[in-house]
Amino acid sequence: MSSQLIQNNFRMDRLPHIWCPGCGHGIVMRSLAQAIENQGYDKKKVCVVSGIGCSSRASGYMDFNTLHTTHGRALAFATGVKLANPELKVIVVTGDGDCSAIGGNHLIHTARRNIDITTIVFNNNIYGMTGGQYSPTTPTSEYGTTAPFGNIDKAFDICKLVDAAGATYVARGTVYHTVQLIKLIENALINNGFSLVDAISTCPTYYGRKNKKGSAVNMLNSLKENAVDIKAAEKLPKEKLEGKFLIGEFKNTNEPEYTEEYMKIIKKYQKER
Amino acid sequence: MAQKSNKKLVIVENWCKGCGICVAFCPTKVLDLHNEKVVIKDIDKCIKCGLCELRCPDYAIYLEGSDNE
Repeated sequence: MSSQLIQNNFRMDRLPHIWCPGCGHGIVMRSLAQAIENQGYDKKKVCVVSGIGCSSRASGYMDFNTLHTTHGRALAFATGVKLANPELKVIVVTGDGDCSAIGGNHLIHTARRNIDITTIVFNNNIYGMTGGQYSPTTPTSEYGTTAPFGNIDKAFDICKLVDAAGATYVARGTVYHTVQLIKLIENALINNGFSLVDAISTCPTYYGRKNKKGSAVNMLNSLKENAVDIKAAEKLPKEKLEGKFLIGEFKNTNEPEYTEEYMKIIKKYQKER
Repeated sequence: MAQKSNKKLVIVENWCKGCGICVAFCPTKVLDLHNEKVVIKDIDKCIKCGLCELRCPDYAIYLEGSDNE
């Protein structure tokens, strides 16, 4: 048996999941289920769409309308789902590589349109499923199987990227700060427009081992030590933020939503006929 | 607090992958690892905060029941 939350929101015959011991993805997936349950959505009105990668296995475990699509294209499929069925609560589950590399173009344009889709990025800084290749969020000078001498690329800040592209809700949480993560996902679900939560996860098997980050517990401890809440950061001097990263709600605004604008056009021209 | 709550701490042994996250972050050190599985070491110390449940990646530990029972 398992907790009520798990029984209510997961396909029990698919559990336990295949993620490695200490993988943070299970924590993000549970937080998402908790946020959906807290908001009291009708399960039949929720659609979870995912791409390819460790993160994207989540759509197989979650007991909603689900769609496991091609690599990087979760947002494109989700846009179709939302336009065909605007009353659905569409949630995209994606990874750092899936959304910012393979699906990078879809990400910026979905954000630009401000379509009502909630995106949860399971960000573990690496391509886990394929064996630990460096991703667009692997920090500079860290290692991956494809960066045996250290990564020379600069990492994407996915939050800044979608903020600039036009998303109306942008936040970052971590798998250590679970209470906050649930709240951020809830706020993202509430926002009528494109919302993104960059959920910092852990990959002890590839990213952790390649970069000598220690056990899953060590990796969670480093999230605890290096994450600074945006509200606290405003009062801190610059040198205290060296090597740290920000968490919390970065943007929460109202802009015209894409499917609503689309329906307005249809209605306008139907009247004129 | 522990006396007031009717919640019960439950372990799903065959789902536990032994990562040790719940053991490390339990604020009152209730849990331990034994043969790569989580075990309850000292249930009297449990304050039923539920942090183990929130951070278990494998849904192998949870609080059963509610405070109102």
